[in-house]
Amino acid sequence: MTSQLMEGSGAIAEAMIAAGCRFFAGYPMTPFTEVLEHMAKRLPVVGGACVNAESELEAIGMAWGAAATGTRAATGSTGQGLSLMQESIAEAAMAHLPLVILNMARAQGDYFQATRGGGHGDYRTPVLAPMDVAEATQLAQLAFHIADTWRNPVVFFGDYYLAHTYQSVDIQPIDFGPVPAKDWALDGSSSGSGRAKLVSPLGDTKQRDNVGYDLSDYYMRAAAKTTAMIEGLDRLVDIGHCDDADLVVVAFGTAGKYVRYAVDQLRAEGHRVGYVRPISLFPFPDAALRDAATGAKLVAVYENNQGQMIDDVRLSLEGAVPVRFIGGLSLDSSGFGIAPDFDVEVLRRRIDAVLTDLGGTP
Amino acid sequence: MSGLRVKRVEGLRVLSTREAPADARLVDDFTPSLIDVGAHHLCPGCGEPIAMRSVLEIIEELGVINRAIGIFGIGCYTGFSNNLDCEVLQALHGRAPSLATGVKRAKPDTVVFTIQGDGDMVNEGLQEVIHTAARGERVTCIMLNNGVFGETGGHITATTVLGQRTKNTLEGRDGREHGYPIRLSNMLADLEGVAFVGRCAVNSAGNVARTRKMIQRAFEAQLNDEGFSFVEILTMCPTGWFIETQEAPEYLTDKLAATHTLGVVKDIAAR
Ligand SMILES: Cc1ncc(C[n+]2csc(CCOP(=O)(O)OP(=O)(O)O)c2C)c(N)n1
Ligand code: SF4
Ligand SMILES: [Mg+2]
Repeated sequence: MTSQLMEGSGAIAEAMIAAGCRFFAGYPMTPFTEVLEHMAKRLPVVGGACVNAESELEAIGMAWGAAATGTRAATGSTGQGLSLMQESIAEAAMAHLPLVILNMARAQGDYFQATRGGGHGDYRTPVLAPMDVAEATQLAQLAFHIADTWRNPVVFFGDYYLAHTYQSVDIQPIDFGPVPAKDWALDGSSSGSGRAKLVSPLGDTKQRDNVGYDLSDYYMRAAAKTTAMIEGLDRLVDIGHCDDADLVVVAFGTAGKYVRYAVDQLRAEGHRVGYVRPISLFPFPDAALRDAATGAKLVAVYENNQGQMIDDVRLSLEGAVPVRFIGGLSLDSSGFGIAPDFDVEVLRRRIDAVLTDLGGTP
Repeated sequence: MSGLRVKRVEGLRVLSTREAPADARLVDDFTPSLIDVGAHHLCPGCGEPIAMRSVLEIIEELGVINRAIGIFGIGCYTGFSNNLDCEVLQALHGRAPSLATGVKRAKPDTVVFTIQGDGDMVNEGLQEVIHTAARGERVTCIMLNNGVFGETGGHITATTVLGQRTKNTLEGRDGREHGYPIRLSNMLADLEGVAFVGRCAVNSAGNVARTRKMIQRAFEAQLNDEGFSFVEILTMCPTGWFIETQEAPEYLTDKLAATHTLGVVKDIAAR
C-alpha cells in the first residue's frame, strides 16, 4: 500500500481496524468524536459493530461485553467522559479484560487521569502516548497486543492536536508476535458442559470446586499479575543528544515532538542540551531517564498542565538530578495554547532561559 | 423444648431446626442441571432462588444451553454468579444491559440474558435498560423486583411501594417525602424496540407456572429476532421487608403486586 494523507482520528481508527478491532462503542466528545465517526462508518464494512452508546458509562459497558467474548474491542472519550468510565476501568482490570481505551484528551491536563486513573482498588493500566499521527498508527495497534498479552485494559493517550492533524501514513497490520489463546472468552458453548466459564471482577472460583470463596486470594493473584505486567512491559522512550548534556528536557505526546525539534535546533547551535520523550507513560521509562540524565546539571519538564508528569520524572531520578518545571497551562479552545506554547521560538526561549541559568553559552 | 426460646405466633406450626424433620429432603434433590451446587446463602423464604431456577429451567427446555450467557448485576442474586453451569459475565452494579449489548453485538448467535434486581436496574442503572430496550437489542433482561436493596439490608429503592417500611423509610414510604414507585415494565412497554414485557411473581405455585411461561415467551422473542424482551419477577424478601418468612408470599400479593400488577404488559405476537 502507498501512503495516504489522513487526519489523526481517521488514522487511529484505521490502525485499530488493522489490529483486528471489531467492536467499538462511544459517545461524542471532541476530540474523541471523529474517531467514533470513523469507526461507525468503517466497522460494519469489515464485519464488526460500532454502537452509538447513550452515555460513556454505557459505551465502556458495551466494550466490556464485547471484550468478554474475545473480540478485540475499544471505547474512549475525552476528559469528563473518561471520568465517568473510571469505575468500569478499575473493575475491568479486576475482571482481567483486554480492553483498549482511547483517552483523547484536549491538552495534557489529564496525565494523572490517564496514568493513575480515578478508579478504586489496586489496579494499573498501561498507557501509550504518541507524538504524532504516524506513531499513533503503531501504538494504537500495540495497545491491543498489550491488552491481549496481559488481559488488562490499556489506555491510548492522544490529544486534540493529534486527532486533527493531517499526516501522510501507510497503515499496515503490525505483527507484534503471538498472544495467549483466549480460552477464557465467552460464547455460550461451555454452558451445560459441567465447566461453564465465568468472567468476573469478583473472582474466578466456582462453588462446585468446593475450595471456598476467598476474594482475598483472587485479589492477591490479580496483584501478582499486575506486578508481572509492570515488570514485563517494555518501557518505550525516545532519547536524543543526552550523552554530554548539561540539560535534559522531558516532554511527552505532541508537546514532546515540538520540544524535540527545539532541542535539535539548540544542539545544532552548540548548546549541551538533550531530550527524553517517554512514549509509555505507564510503566514510565524510569531507568532510561535516569541513565540519560546521568551527568546532567538539571532536568527540565515541559508539559501543558500545572505539573503532573514531573512527579514521575522526580520518582525516576530519585533525587539524583534537580528538576525544574518549564511547562504550564494552555488556555485556547483546543486546550493547547498553540499560539504561545507550540511556537518553537517560545519553547526555545523557555529552554534557553534554563541554559542561561546553568551558565552555559556555547 | 426446654431452654429453647421460640417466639410463638398464633396459629403457626413452629419447627425445631435442631434436627431434620423425618420427611425432609436435601436441597440438592431439587437442583436443576444448570445449577452446580444446590445449597446457597440466600435467606430462607427468599424468592430469588425460585426465579433463578425458573430462568435456568427454561433455557434448558428451549434447548439453547450451549449458546447461553448470563450477565449478572449486583445484589443478593449475585451469589448465583459463580454457581451456575451456564456462562456468566459479572457486571458492575447497574451496568448489565450494556454488557449484554456488547456480548450480543459481538456474538449474535448467543442467547443473552441479564439478572438484575430493582436496586440494580431501576435505581443504579435505569438508563441502561431503557436504552437497551429502545435500541431493540435482541437480549432478555430479567428484573428480580423485591422493592428493596436486599443485599444492603433492606433499604428503599425506586420500586418500593407506598407505605412500605424500609431501613431508611422507617415510617413507611411517603410519596411526598420519598417520591413514588416506578413501574418499569409499564415504562418499557411503550418503547418500539420492545417485543415482550411481562410482570409475574414467585409467591405461589400458580404464579411460578405463569412466571415460567413469561420467561419462555421472552426468550422466544429473542430467538425469533423480534426485539428486546423483559420479565419483571416479584420476589419475596422477608429479611428486607422485616416480616416473618412465612408471611412474605401474602405480603407480596397485598403490597408489591397491588402497585406492580401482575400480567403480560406487552406482547407484539399477541396483536
Ligand atoms: C456503585 C455501587 N453502589 C452501591 C453498591 C452497593 N450495593 C450492593 S448490592 C446493592 C443493592 C442491590 O439491590 P437489588 O439490585 O434490588 O438486589 P437485591 O439485593 O434486592 O436482590 C447495593 C446498593 C455497589 N455494589 N455498587
Ligand atoms: S435479603 Fe432479601 S433478597 Fe437478599 S437473600 Fe435475603 S430474602 Fe433474599
Ligand atoms: Mg431488590
